[in-house]
Amino acid sequence: MAKCIEDLRILEKKRLNDDFFILELKGNTKIPDFKPGQFVQVRVDGSSETFLRRPISIHDVDYGKNTFKLLIQIAGTGTRTLSKLEKGDSLNIIYPLGNSFSLPDTKEQVLLVGGGCGIAPLLFLGKYLKSNGCVPDILLGFRNHSRIIEFDEYQTIGNVFVTTEDGSMGEKGYITTHSVLSTRNYHRVYCCGPDSMMKAIASYARTKNIICEVSLENLMACGIGACLCCIVDTKKGNLCTCIDGPVFNVNDLKW
Amino acid sequence: MVNLGFSIGDLHFRNPVLTASGTFGYGSEFEDFMDLSRLGGIVVKGTTLEPREGNPYPRMAETPSGMLNAVGLQNKGIDYFEKNIYPRIININTNLIVNVNGSYIEDYIALAERIDKLDKIPAIELNISCPNVKMGGMAFGTNLDSAREVTREVRAVCSKKLIVKLSPNVTNIVDFARVVEEEGADSVSLINTLLGMAVDVQKMKPSLSTITGGLSGPAVKPVALRMVWQVANAVTIPVIGMGGIMTTSDALEFLMAGASAIQVGTASFIDPQASVKILDGIENYLKTKGFTDIKDIIGIINRK
Repeated sequence: MAKCIEDLRILEKKRLNDDFFILELKGNTKIPDFKPGQFVQVRVDGSSETFLRRPISIHDVDYGKNTFKLLIQIAGTGTRTLSKLEKGDSLNIIYPLGNSFSLPDTKEQVLLVGGGCGIAPLLFLGKYLKSNGCVPDILLGFRNHSRIIEFDEYQTIGNVFVTTEDGSMGEKGYITTHSVLSTRNYHRVYCCGPDSMMKAIASYARTKNIICEVSLENLMACGIGACLCCIVDTKKGNLCTCIDGPVFNVNDLKW
Repeated sequence: MVNLGFSIGDLHFRNPVLTASGTFGYGSEFEDFMDLSRLGGIVVKGTTLEPREGNPYPRMAETPSGMLNAVGLQNKGIDYFEKNIYPRIININTNLIVNVNGSYIEDYIALAERIDKLDKIPAIELNISCPNVKMGGMAFGTNLDSAREVTREVRAVCSKKLIVKLSPNVTNIVDFARVVEEEGADSVSLINTLLGMAVDVQKMKPSLSTITGGLSGPAVKPVALRMVWQVANAVTIPVIGMGGIMTTSDALEFLMAGASAIQVGTASFIDPQASVKILDGIENYLKTKGFTDIKDIIGIINRK
């Protein structure tokens, strides 16, 4: 799939809470066939404070409407500036970028695990899996009940399990302590979230001897494999998160 | 019709817009975004004798109007380049220049000898200014005797055009330009990155694994422009200017200050089409102003 650079129109903007919002972008021409796990590089505003692009996961795709969604967490100056965009504004993006999650056999039991902004790529992945005959379980972690986002969306693709740190919804605790990890058997787990969470899930997968893929969020400049800034130290040497990832099998990582 | 071409000795470039080493991969990374043959030249990723893994992550930090990098010359070495990369890029119809690096003078010589045998590489850019390696690199480009010696030794084995890439991290860059010209360099390119640093106050740690790194982007442009102007007025060989060029106007400033050509670097990270947009912009500017040859504006601010 050829990469391109385009100005896309914001068809809808949805504010989820103080930290999260969704931008739905409409293709100028037919949007590319995105693969689950891919991302886009967003130009913020070209100001001196937000000089570089921001890599953002594809959250959802609607080929019927010719749109795709970006779920964005306000984490710094760049994402705060992006949060001020409104319906009708345009956004300069480079896409589609990166590899994708590998696809399971339809008979496999699959678990998607997400925490924080890491839940973003799992919706598109889950929908893709479901349309290919594999209904996944989904385990999402939030701080508390009021921080839960996109719950209804995830419920459309499979069984959703939730943990909250205060127990206000789902099981109390963290993703890594949820009972589903010990009571159900999986063939494969896909994970995106904070490093500590992904490392814990990788260790769970290793113990159970199941396939585990994680999507990394390394700092990036170009997004197309030219600058070599977003490297990951792997068993195959330094690889670029942007073109060799963002999805990696944990067996290739030095975790 | 505007003549955009320039030459280093008998090596002709169809226009003065090149892409800077380390910011444009081997060219192919950008082929979805442009016709690479439109470029005046591509300076490919810094190459060393042996493979290098570069520095640990994090090796990049965004700073006001720029970025710091500490990549540390990650590359797969000259053997891999010859076998796997060179055959893949030789069909790109532009001047392909290899940026050459080493820890010791012997490394530079051995590399230059190897590249001298590659027919489709008409020039090398001798990088004596990388700030991100423990040995070699900038150490050669910040000591006049070392700069002289490495240029002389490489000149002796290199029949290609020899461009020496200068470091801005010196007291007087003109002295270095003069020394490498005396030793037979065909051109100088400047500036490499400025040594800088940043601290992550949340983590209370340096932003880069190496603590210091090379600053690039618009933040360095006025410094780069001043140095290019100084050097262009001090040497007779062509000067290739770079440092924070993001727009046509930036590129024109360097040309008017005396650069015969420019390299687009960090801008390609933000807009992969920046180099060809700048090329179009230069041509339009010349047409609008009624110039027929780009030489008419090279160093125009220095004419009495």
